[in-house]
Amino acid sequence: MPAADDIDDRAIAAHVPRLRRYAAALVGNLADADDLVQDCVEKALANRHALRDPSRLGGWLLSILHNLHVSGIRWRRRRGHETPVEDFADDVALSTPPADRGAVRDFVRAFGQLSEEHRRILLLTGVEGLSYREVAEVLEVPIGTVMSRLARARERLRALLEGGEERPLRRIK
Amino acid sequence: MTTPEEEPVTEAELHAWLDGELPDDRRDAVRRYLDDHPEVAHRFASYRAQRTMTARAFAPLIDRPLPDRLKPPFSRRHRALPWLALAASLLAFVAGGAAGWLAHGWSAPGAPSSRAFVAEAVAAHRVFAAEVRHPVEVGADQEEHLVTWLGKRLGKPLRAPRLAGRGYELVGGRLLSDTDGPAAQLMYQDATGRRITLYARPTRDPADTSFRFAHDGNVQAFYWRDNGLAWALTGELDRVTLSGIAEDVYRALNS
Repeated sequence: MPAADDIDDRAIAAHVPRLRRYAAALVGNLADADDLVQDCVEKALANRHALRDPSRLGGWLLSILHNLHVSGIRWRRRRGHETPVEDFADDVALSTPPADRGAVRDFVRAFGQLSEEHRRILLLTGVEGLSYREVAEVLEVPIGTVMSRLARARERLRALLEGGEERPLRRIK
Repeated sequence: MTTPEEEPVTEAELHAWLDGELPDDRRDAVRRYLDDHPEVAHRFASYRAQRTMTARAFAPLIDRPLPDRLKPPFSRRHRALPWLALAASLLAFVAGGAAGWLAHGWSAPGAPSSRAFVAEAVAAHRVFAAEVRHPVEVGADQEEHLVTWLGKRLGKPLRAPRLAGRGYELVGGRLLSDTDGPAAQLMYQDATGRRITLYARPTRDPADTSFRFAHDGNVQAFYWRDNGLAWALTGELDRVTLSGIAEDVYRALNS
């Protein structure tokens, strides 16, 4: 059985770019994402002996990040670093091919209006490529909940995208 | 008793189908159901487009350079004594400074060649943008000759984009050598004497017109690959201003 010491800085560092991508898309800016990922890495190192199976490191890190995000210990307390969703949409659009930029901007704006719960489920399945079972493990909910939440998130995003962005009532959640 | 093929199709199954998680023995039932319900098929086509867009929009975030605090060795604030944590952070700071540009590069897999490329472009910018008497080899008054000559050396036709709309005029350009062979640098200057450089060299890597961003200290760069050339636009400008100019450059080169 592999020793818990196998989980060292290097093993965790290999997952950091992916964790940070997920965190940035989830919270809508890089500064808060960096705080969240840093807290996640520290917590993982402090608790690394709790991970029995090193092959599950990726999912385990996502679970830690999820719990930190839900409890919102640090990153929500930040002052002066909140980036409006429009800035993040422009930022994200710049990293995509020029022909896609307008559509990506609109998409990221609509995505930012979703609840955190809906953003999470769409990112874990759509960007991180997790199976329903893996998502259920990360979020610590039954698979049935994953599936019903995913269905609601998709329908809500469809309404936001097809209804245009000027819908003040929809912003209030 | 009904067989699996005859059970009514549920909303959850349609999502599972979209996500590739539907059991094989239900695929035909789902296909038939969608054929019979075009409005549902249309809705799921929207969901599929959504899923594709989510990946397209957010996947490139993985290429963003990481801040030092997200690189090993990680600090262990929860466990270490305060002075140890301080020593570790000082060490990381010193190491980061010494490692210089490359330490700020992309942590993404498959990117080492673009990382080296943008490092060359930034190094050339630092050297020549500060040059007072001989910033360029061939001046803008001989633009025709300049682009023909540089294009010939790079083996690709070259043009100097017009950036007057952004307040930048061509100063001229020079031929450089980097680790991969010849490279060209075009220099532009605004009314206050601020300079930006456009760096190009041939590449065999496939085109990737997504802008990538890198910075080293106060120097920022956007870079991309297009038409057999790797391009980098470099300057001491803020990210948004520089990205606007980069978009103009891209458009000019493709018009």
